Amino acid sequence: MKPRSMLFAKKRMPRWILTLVLLSGLTVAGCGGGQDWQTKDISRLMPELQFTLTDEHGREVTADAYEGKAVLMFFGFTHCPDVCPATMARIAGWLGQLPEADRERIRVLFVSVDPDRDDAERLRSYTAHFHEAITGLTGTQEQLRRLSKRYRVTYGYGDKDENGDYDVSHSAGIYGFAANGEARVLIRQSDDREAVLADLERLAKTVD
Amino acid sequence: MYGVSQTQFDYFSQYVFFIHRIQHLALHHVAAMLLVLANPLPVLAQGAPAWLRDNLITPVWRSGPVRGAYGAVQQPVVAAFLFVGLIYLWLTPSIHFDAMLSGWLYSIMNWSMALDGLLFWWLVLNPYPPDPAQHRIGYGKRCIVVAVVAFPQIVLGAYIFFYGTGVYEYYEVCGSPWPIDTDTDRMLGGLITWIPSAMMSVLGLLIVLSQMFRQEKREAERMGRDAAASGSTA
Repeated sequence: MKPRSMLFAKKRMPRWILTLVLLSGLTVAGCGGGQDWQTKDISRLMPELQFTLTDEHGREVTADAYEGKAVLMFFGFTHCPDVCPATMARIAGWLGQLPEADRERIRVLFVSVDPDRDDAERLRSYTAHFHEAITGLTGTQEQLRRLSKRYRVTYGYGDKDENGDYDVSHSAGIYGFAANGEARVLIRQSDDREAVLADLERLAKTVD
Repeated sequence: MYGVSQTQFDYFSQYVFFIHRIQHLALHHVAAMLLVLANPLPVLAQGAPAWLRDNLITPVWRSGPVRGAYGAVQQPVVAAFLFVGLIYLWLTPSIHFDAMLSGWLYSIMNWSMALDGLLFWWLVLNPYPPDPAQHRIGYGKRCIVVAVVAFPQIVLGAYIFFYGTGVYEYYEVCGSPWPIDTDTDRMLGGLITWIPSAMMSVLGLLIVLSQMFRQEKREAERMGRDAAASGSTA
């Protein structure tokens, strides 16, 4: 019996190796994502838009309020010296280059992760400075942690200086959601304008 | 394994590259090696309910596909390839980006590292003497396997340390739990991939050698006893 089972094991082995190789190949292929989006495709990687926050008018708002619109979401804080204003200006620039019909189909959510300093009034004046399609949101630490965890980003606070100011480390990506709330793209700082505009137009097309 | 995957350590691992590398060092190297050295399987098997052991664990373990798969991954070349291949796979920039973004892919990544770590160190540090029928390779092969896997890790770690600027873009996108320079983070991650990982191979090699010497000593004692017994019979 023993020699036969050894022989059996030896004959089967290459098939198992082949299966393993094929499976790992399929896994890698499956992780590749689609090629249609020109920035980072996150269709199969991230969950649909969902949150409960407070908007720049002090009203509690959920993701349902933006159903039927393509949504861009960015995490930041209004005291941010560089990344946030630069990103807001870039977004405003992109929106200005889109056809009006597409522009009206897109809403931009600026989620402040610094609720201690960013109240509704400050958020309102900050977003108004960049573009009317941008809405400022913030929330309790619990709400913000839940949302940032959902999109696998984080934030943290540096030490206060003598004026009580402090740095906030936050994500630099812009999440793009289709009109039905499904995650579609992650726009990085390194993505070029043409790629972003093509994806924004495509996102806008998800609106009926 | 619990400490790096089920506590707040995992939170930091998701956003800081060098902590992610420590997490994988623990899952794939240190914890897996310690678990294998503790050899808990016989105790667990004895402790399992008899009905579970007789009706599920033993039949499944002895079934053709499971034995075949186990035999395949315990082939020295396959085991070394898997061990290094998984490190390279999950550190491929595009795949790493996806794995860190996606909850389910992140789980697959960490599970694969932990399971492969156990299988690899089980092959290398198996406490039982070599036996090809049980896929237990000789001590010489164990030494070669554990030494060979060190070099690709050294190369990869050094590459990340010296040339990895901007390679792992995820950490520039995801934010961090405290203000940390992404380049410092990347260099620390490279060092962890480079030095402690290679040191684990040296440690593994020393353990294999000590196992081999102990086994040789046991064999010599047994032969001595046999000779004494046959002498006294004569």
